Amino acid sequence: MTVVIDRTKPTPPPPGEGSGPISAAAKARAKGFTLGLYKPRTPIYPKLVHGQWRRIKWILLIVMLAIYYVTPWIRWERPGVLPDQAVLVDFAGGRFYFFWIQLWPQEVYFITGLLVISALALFLVTAMFGRLWCGYACPQTVWTDLFIYVERAFEGDRNARMKLDADPWSFNKAWRKIGKHSVWLGIGFGTGGAWIFYFHDAPTLLSNFWIGQAPATAYIFCALLTVTTYAFAGFMREQVCTYLCPWPRIQGAMLDEHSLQVTYRRDRGETRGPHKKGSTWEGRGDCIDCNACVVVCPAGIDIRDGSQLECINCGLCIDACDEIMEKVGRPKGLIAYDTDAAVAARVVRQTPVYKLLRPRTAYYAVALTLVSALMIWGLTHRSALDVHVLRDRNPMFVRLHDGAIRDGYTLKIANRGFEPEEVQVSFVGPAGAKLRTPGAKAAGETLSFRVEPNEVRAVRVFVTVPAAAIDATNMPAAFSVRTGRDAMSVKTNFLSGAANAP
Amino acid sequence: MSHRETDEHSGVETTGHEWDGIRELDNPLPRWWLYIFYGCIVIAAIYWVFMPSWPGVNSYAKGVLNQSDRVDVARQLDALQTQRGAEGAMLRSASLETIETDPKLQAYALAVGQSVFGDNCATCHGVGGTGSKGYANLRDDVWLWGGALEDIQHTIQVGVRSENPHARQSQMPAFGRDQILKPAQVDDLTEYVVALSRRPAKAAAVARAAPVFAEQCVACHGPQGKGNVTLGAPDLTDADWLYGSTQADIREQIWNGRGGVMPAWEGRFSPETIKALAVYVHANAGGQ
Repeated sequence: MTVVIDRTKPTPPPPGEGSGPISAAAKARAKGFTLGLYKPRTPIYPKLVHGQWRRIKWILLIVMLAIYYVTPWIRWERPGVLPDQAVLVDFAGGRFYFFWIQLWPQEVYFITGLLVISALALFLVTAMFGRLWCGYACPQTVWTDLFIYVERAFEGDRNARMKLDADPWSFNKAWRKIGKHSVWLGIGFGTGGAWIFYFHDAPTLLSNFWIGQAPATAYIFCALLTVTTYAFAGFMREQVCTYLCPWPRIQGAMLDEHSLQVTYRRDRGETRGPHKKGSTWEGRGDCIDCNACVVVCPAGIDIRDGSQLECINCGLCIDACDEIMEKVGRPKGLIAYDTDAAVAARVVRQTPVYKLLRPRTAYYAVALTLVSALMIWGLTHRSALDVHVLRDRNPMFVRLHDGAIRDGYTLKIANRGFEPEEVQVSFVGPAGAKLRTPGAKAAGETLSFRVEPNEVRAVRVFVTVPAAAIDATNMPAAFSVRTGRDAMSVKTNFLSGAANAP
Repeated sequence: MSHRETDEHSGVETTGHEWDGIRELDNPLPRWWLYIFYGCIVIAAIYWVFMPSWPGVNSYAKGVLNQSDRVDVARQLDALQTQRGAEGAMLRSASLETIETDPKLQAYALAVGQSVFGDNCATCHGVGGTGSKGYANLRDDVWLWGGALEDIQHTIQVGVRSENPHARQSQMPAFGRDQILKPAQVDDLTEYVVALSRRPAKAAAVARAAPVFAEQCVACHGPQGKGNVTLGAPDLTDADWLYGSTQADIREQIWNGRGGVMPAWEGRFSPETIKALAVYVHANAGGQ
């Protein structure tokens, strides 16, 4: 279709509008402000549950928050001026300290390895037990749980909260809301406040923080995490899991019909329907359609619809349903950790088979073992010594008065250990090579340098080769560097300029 | 007078200005633009109060913050001195040997020396310090005025043939140009010098030149032609030639008696800088 734009004539006004052109924005304004493509969040009011999964979640919540808050305060004696904080990401000094491990920036592959291990472990656990991470360990779940606990303390349980939100503003509503948001912000501040201790000496930072002497990054990250915690756990909650987090979408690839998931056993539950006390259970399912599983769900879904993207497998619906089943006198476990395969088998009256060991889980386990073994081997066999040789480029060689050739090198010797090292440097190359470093009394076959712990020392080394030993312009050579524990050889070359000699 | 009317397409009044049949609409300024404009006026007024702004006859309005770039620079220079800290102070008091031996001081001196060398010395001696024809090579083991730390320090301080009263002084006569020797004698002497560095030369010429060398050159270069560091006279027997090693180069040098000038750096660099530079030059010449 061709659109003809005739600018010689005024655009005919839309029906009911005044004269003159109307922009899209104006049309939108006329209709009233909407979010357009975005679906507004439906508020979810999860009801309090009691039961074994809820208890496990409370315990894990306390344990994990304790780990998060306590870790930066663990002290760990290190020699000399090195920091005495057990876990410290020292950006200023370019070091990562983890108890007895100390990583330098060039060893960042250990962090990569750790991430690979974490990913494989997550794959393995998900393939076997479903979304355990999402339901119990993810910070989003833990903090949301904590925030809902605070909400409940101020505003009451589900029904009270729904009523309070529907009520007009009153003093009662105001103080409850203000109280809740204040505590939320407090927790958010505590979250951000604890985070920054991982990056600086915790006791020093704590005192400096209050008198405005802490680094700007400390304030920025504290504020950032305060805001994100408040927003993520207070307002966005399940939306983070459903829309922001990639994991719910990825985990579909990890799960199969043999993965344990929070499952509504439809074989037992259907046909569902209200049940009068005393009437028969024959010819009907155990689900009495009480919606207990729906009202407790922090993701706002109905587990009876089957495995869903939004479900974080927190198990709260299991507790809710068990409570009801107990009341109506039916066996527990209408909703339980189960597999799709088992449910399908029971539907056709077969004995369900549980298969934890499947090709998928075996692959993940093998990959996890391999990478872990590689990492442990790398960590235990990592050398405290690291040497880089930079040969002088200008001049590439110097001819001495007796025709001998001298090349200059800069050796960067890193001591990644915690003790000072005496480093012996020798030269493997043309015969008769003599080594000398500025400040040394005499030249010799071997030079000795003391390298302080946790430092890189750059030393100048001059290698002189007598004229008689020179037979090529470019002679392969190497520096052999050893300490009491480690030894390494670094290849370089000896340039003699033999070709352009007069 | 312009004629204002309403544009029929947009319903907006025109300014009445017309160019080739195109009339200008009199739309109001965008609100956001207008407020930023007013905001700038307000900020300018505040700026006048706090920052240096209005020029006066002999001075200017300094502003209540008393901001001054000159004062800032002075403060930053002070901060730099503080930052140089312990090593900077040590450089002042420590001996050259100590500076070169101590790992921390050496690293500091090499860093200072490198930057100073690059800015001031590289022009003649080259970035790598290898010099060129007429400019001494500072990386080898041949030194006209001595290669010990103190010698190098002194040379940097006073220069060579510079205006400094204590400058290293020596002047090779221009034997040919000033007609001290006859051209034939200069030719013979050239052969003699070539022979000194163990290269093939005409035996007859060498024999003829021997008495001339003994008479004219020995005073500075020594009977064996080994040179003399206190006089800045080069060794004629080695492979190092400041003005070139060929026969023509050597003859030209005897004829003209060239000698370069190196400025004295005493007044321009602080004693610490000269020390650092001396250590840098010494260390990069192999540290002998």
